[in-house]
Amino acid sequence: MTGERPPEQPATEATPANAPAPAETPRPTRRVMAMLGGAARGLLVPVLAVLSAFVIGAFVIVLSDLTFFERLGQDPGAALGTALGGVGTAYGALLRGALGDPTAYVDAIASGDVEQVKAAFVPISETILAATPLIFTGLAVALGFQCGLFNIGAEGQLFVGATAATFVGFAVTGMPWFVHLPLAIIAGFIGGAAWGFIPGILKARTGAHEVIVTIMLNYTAYNLVGFILKFPGYQREGRSDPISKVTEASAWYPPLIEGLRANWGFVLALLAAFAVSWFLFRSTKGFELRAVGFNAPAARYAGMSIAASTVLAMMLSGGLAGLAGTSVVLGITHSMTSGISPGFGFDGIAIALMARSRPRGIIFAALLFGALRAGSTPMESATGIPGDLVVVLQALVIMFVAAPALVRGIYRIRVPETTGTEVFSKGWGS
Amino acid sequence: MTAIAASLGPIVDRAAVRRQRIFGIFYLVLAALAAFVLTSGLDGDAISKFVLKPAGSKTGLDIPNLVVPSVLTMYLVAGLCAALGAIQLVRGFGTRWAVVLGIVVAAFVFAFLTWAAAGKSMSLIGILQLTVLKALPITFGALSGLLCERAGVVNIAIEGMLLTGAFTGAIVGSAAGNPIVGLVGAGLVGGLLAALLAVLAIRYRMDQIIAGTVINIFAAGITGFVATRILQHNRELNEPERFAQIPIPVLSDIPILGPMFFSANIFLYALFVLIGLIHYGLFYTRWGLRVRAVGEHPRAADTVGINVLATRYRNVILGGIVAGVGGAYFTLGSTGSFVQDMTAGRGFIGLAAMIFGAWTPIGAFLASLVFGFADALQARLSILNIALPSEFLLMGPYLVTIVVVAGLVGRVRAPAADGRPYDKE
Amino acid sequence: MRLELRGITKRFPGVIANQNVSLVVEPGEIHALLGENGAGKTTLVNVLYGLYQPEEGEIRIDDQPVTFHDPGDAIAAHIGMVHQHFMLVPVFTVTENVMLGVESVRGPLGLLDRPAARRRIIEISERHNLRVDPDAVVEDLPVGVRQRVEIIKTLYRQSDLLVLDEPTAVLTPQEDEELFEIMRSLQASGTSIVFITHKLNEVLAIADRITVLRRGRVVGTTTPAEATRESLASMMVGRSVDLIVDKTPAKPGGPVLEVAGLVVRDDRGHVAVNGLDLTVHAGEIVAVAGVQGNGQTELVEAITGLRHPVSGTITIDGTAVHLAPRNVFEAGVAHVPEDRLEDGCVPGFSVADNLVLNTYYRPPFSKGIRLDLGAIERSATELVANFDIRTPSVFNDIGNLSGGNQQKVIVAREFSRPVRLLVAAQPTRGLDVGSIEYIHRRIVLKRDEGAAVLIVSTELDEVLALADRIAVMYQGRIVDIVDPERATPELIGLLMGGSAPSVAEAAAAAAPAADGEGAG
Repeated sequence: MTGERPPEQPATEATPANAPAPAETPRPTRRVMAMLGGAARGLLVPVLAVLSAFVIGAFVIVLSDLTFFERLGQDPGAALGTALGGVGTAYGALLRGALGDPTAYVDAIASGDVEQVKAAFVPISETILAATPLIFTGLAVALGFQCGLFNIGAEGQLFVGATAATFVGFAVTGMPWFVHLPLAIIAGFIGGAAWGFIPGILKARTGAHEVIVTIMLNYTAYNLVGFILKFPGYQREGRSDPISKVTEASAWYPPLIEGLRANWGFVLALLAAFAVSWFLFRSTKGFELRAVGFNAPAARYAGMSIAASTVLAMMLSGGLAGLAGTSVVLGITHSMTSGISPGFGFDGIAIALMARSRPRGIIFAALLFGALRAGSTPMESATGIPGDLVVVLQALVIMFVAAPALVRGIYRIRVPETTGTEVFSKGWGS
Repeated sequence: MTAIAASLGPIVDRAAVRRQRIFGIFYLVLAALAAFVLTSGLDGDAISKFVLKPAGSKTGLDIPNLVVPSVLTMYLVAGLCAALGAIQLVRGFGTRWAVVLGIVVAAFVFAFLTWAAAGKSMSLIGILQLTVLKALPITFGALSGLLCERAGVVNIAIEGMLLTGAFTGAIVGSAAGNPIVGLVGAGLVGGLLAALLAVLAIRYRMDQIIAGTVINIFAAGITGFVATRILQHNRELNEPERFAQIPIPVLSDIPILGPMFFSANIFLYALFVLIGLIHYGLFYTRWGLRVRAVGEHPRAADTVGINVLATRYRNVILGGIVAGVGGAYFTLGSTGSFVQDMTAGRGFIGLAAMIFGAWTPIGAFLASLVFGFADALQARLSILNIALPSEFLLMGPYLVTIVVVAGLVGRVRAPAADGRPYDKE
Repeated sequence: MRLELRGITKRFPGVIANQNVSLVVEPGEIHALLGENGAGKTTLVNVLYGLYQPEEGEIRIDDQPVTFHDPGDAIAAHIGMVHQHFMLVPVFTVTENVMLGVESVRGPLGLLDRPAARRRIIEISERHNLRVDPDAVVEDLPVGVRQRVEIIKTLYRQSDLLVLDEPTAVLTPQEDEELFEIMRSLQASGTSIVFITHKLNEVLAIADRITVLRRGRVVGTTTPAEATRESLASMMVGRSVDLIVDKTPAKPGGPVLEVAGLVVRDDRGHVAVNGLDLTVHAGEIVAVAGVQGNGQTELVEAITGLRHPVSGTITIDGTAVHLAPRNVFEAGVAHVPEDRLEDGCVPGFSVADNLVLNTYYRPPFSKGIRLDLGAIERSATELVANFDIRTPSVFNDIGNLSGGNQQKVIVAREFSRPVRLLVAAQPTRGLDVGSIEYIHRRIVLKRDEGAAVLIVSTELDEVLALADRIAVMYQGRIVDIVDPERATPELIGLLMGGSAPSVAEAAAAAAPAADGEGAG
């Protein structure tokens, strides 16, 4: 988690006029190559982690098919072939559901029909749509990590933020979108921030470990939101199930391209990533936050307030999770139910770990997980393999990414140890 | 964090005074709630009837029902809380603050129950019995956490181990047609998950909380995946035989305590044995001394020839087996069929119970009873149709956990090396 | 037993800790292992004790080669070790700590037989005059008693060879003498002792033979008869060493720091500073001498705003400062903390970031909430050059630097601004001689610029060398303030141990003259 540093300056020394031409590659190229090599080495572990997860996932697919064992007894070769074919179909459906079908693209462009082109891009649009809340929750968890805090409560903060945003979405009427939408977004941020404030202040004042508090607040949030969803005034008329009123169209994120579901929430997410990056590495408050995260006693010795940083980090983290909530209720469902999040908050943990808590990496990791999610439904409808497989894959990816030594051990590669495998466990409240 | 402790700790005077005042005000607030809120809308003549003998119980003494005048009871409780609150504000209770807190909370809870039962009849014994049953898996979780943390490893994955234990117990129990086989399977799978945690945390020095979280996510995913893929089409794999209730001959006739503690299935009895074993083991045997040394000061243990890493591996796996068995309670001891995410956070509550119980087995059990009571209240009160929405009751156990965890930091001491990977060099 | 180490080489990533080290310890000999911080002494004995495996070389006991895979093997071979940082479990009792690993048990379930262990401990403690209460909880015991527990631990395991790693680091000179008595008594009963230290006086006082290590190699073996402090120091460092700091007499100005009636509690609620009065003037160095644990840490924390005093006043330049670290810092106080890795710097941050750790929020390093990264980098480059910090780049993670260079970063950060009061706690702990000399020079420089300097140190040599006035602290109070001209190690030692000033002076005057002999 070293701070981002300014790009290295190319060598500016002038070679003396009569010096012999250097036999080796001139300096700037070597530096660029060193940078690329470093980037490649940095990517090696995540890439291998993903590959390993897919391999294990393949085993899960095969071994969970009870008919496989029967067929194995009868004709091992054919059984294996069918099994591998099944894996191939599954992963193929996953990939196509995430990125699109190459033939569909070709046909669509050949035909020149706009509607057909749009249809071909639907998978990518779905991936972007799925990635949007993940960018927010990834940022939320990463911000916590940078301050040494483990925010497992992004899920609950997301719920509270979504509830607040939905309320503004249907309670405020007659406003133009450029007023209504920002209002709703801000409400979502505040809702999440308020839910993040609780564990923050408890940790700062009492030392209560944020892991347990945030997990408990998750369950509390589910129940609280469940209650609110049945409250008259919030619940949709004529319905007895917990669902909110429909939000006004003026509070919806506009789609990026008419007809596709991907919307400007994605752009907001990208902006958020840049904002978080700026905050962490170019602002005084971010400096303090990171110092507290690395070494709280030293930060205190240097005059920083650990309590203030803790509370600020948890509030910002909660607010980002709240924005994730807005991206769902104002961008996809347009109303609030108890099922708006299939675990976005927990995915955020995986994404933050994969990206080593750096905003740039979070965007890419979120796109990866978004792709997995987007592809899981088509995979399920095409092959019947439950979407939970994606959860398993994600868990495996986190595991490999969080233990680079594990990947190195398995593949016997020598990847240089990046500074510090982050360790947060310091026991409970001390 | 040491820094926070350093700024709160030495100002013993200021923080203690602040805490004293907060408790005092808290007691007074409870008194006001009892006197004004709970009594409102109640008929002055109303009586609350508490049934103390389990319905359908044929043996044992005839215990009369506890009948109290509702409003009077509430005023009495209010008076007690107010008095204690006043004393707390002015003088405080010194070292007995915990006892007083317990008394006030218990009194208020009784007032609350009186309110809920006003004009009706409530099976108090039913709530108490359910308390013990709800506390069962929490205690197993707490014991699992205890075994791991006494050796210095934080086990956040108890939730996942409980879940896979429940899952394995159901499937193996159904497939084998025998719940005991299911129980063994659950324990083994719990041990396997724990072995994974141990390898990640000890050998690969992964952050223990991250490793535990990974295992939780993995457990949720794989149980959900297999439940959908296999169990939906093969119902017969999700219908295990459950363990029968076995009342212990003489003991189960003791009024109140008998039905609570001696009339359940073997899970409860196994739990008692386990608590006794762990308590004896940790504090009276060589094994326990070495485990505790590893958890407090692993380097010291290393220098006297104890194998720190092996001790940690052993304890974590043992903890996993305990959690797996505890998880099997959900299916083989309680409802029977596995449902996705059926553990609903009990593993984490178990961790809170472990902290509340100061990392001792008996303490963990008593703490789990508190959480179990909140859980049982929630289950029973929603049947009674009281004015409180069920969602708030459902929140109860979780809020209690937060209060406990926040209030106890610094008051109880974790094993000193808890959570830190051991570095040989 | 006769112990021989032949050609031991131990490597760690990036450093060779021991290279081809050979030495012999005869039966019943007290053998001193001398070297400066970082010379490889602790690594060597850790190899001997089975905590590390050497890459090359062998260990021979009574002419038989042995291999120790872990401490259990070493213990079985009757080697005992008392580590520099005690290996005692704080929450266990003395009995539990002593019997850990060799527990006496009864019955099939391994029931601990505490009474049997207690009896043995009492017997050992009486035989060697090592007074301890077997049922006391270790964390309640003072440091000197804990050391006795460690020694009992080794005797409980019937050690024939005892390794003592820097045992006098936590003792007063008088307690040193008691330790030496115990060592002689053990020697008389046939135990060999390997005694690690960097203190020249001790070595000349107690050792039969001395082996000097420098940068992982054996430089030579000698005896007290053949060596002097100067010759030993020169062997330790490889060049002639100035054992005194070059400084002109102080010219103290007005008072800068005034502490009156200060009472501070420690983390456990006990009173650590007990009504302390102290004044430090501009242009003078006041050194607080005392054994660790007499309230020095809490005193420094109170002055630097990290701990709230219960009562008393602290004023800087006449104004009572609101005691929070940032306010204290803005009042012109610089603080070099005791524990540089834990409190002084942020490993994970770059050298540049660490250099602005307490100034980042002010111009020129920031404008409002925005950091000026360019200004930070420029300032860092300058400081690295001025303070001779060895690092490949200012963006290097400070965790990668050596201890000496990390301390230089902290010193650079604190010294590079106008300072009214400099508070330095254990400023040269664990550093090599070169860094020690450098930091001492910088401190004197600051004094000559007019700053008031308060040093807290447990190293008597450092105190005697640097101080213009010596304040001896014992149990939370200043027992006496001594002029360095009058100060002798005996006098300071007695004061550190709590003797009243008049008693101490009388006793010190009567003690034999210190020229290489006597304790301390």
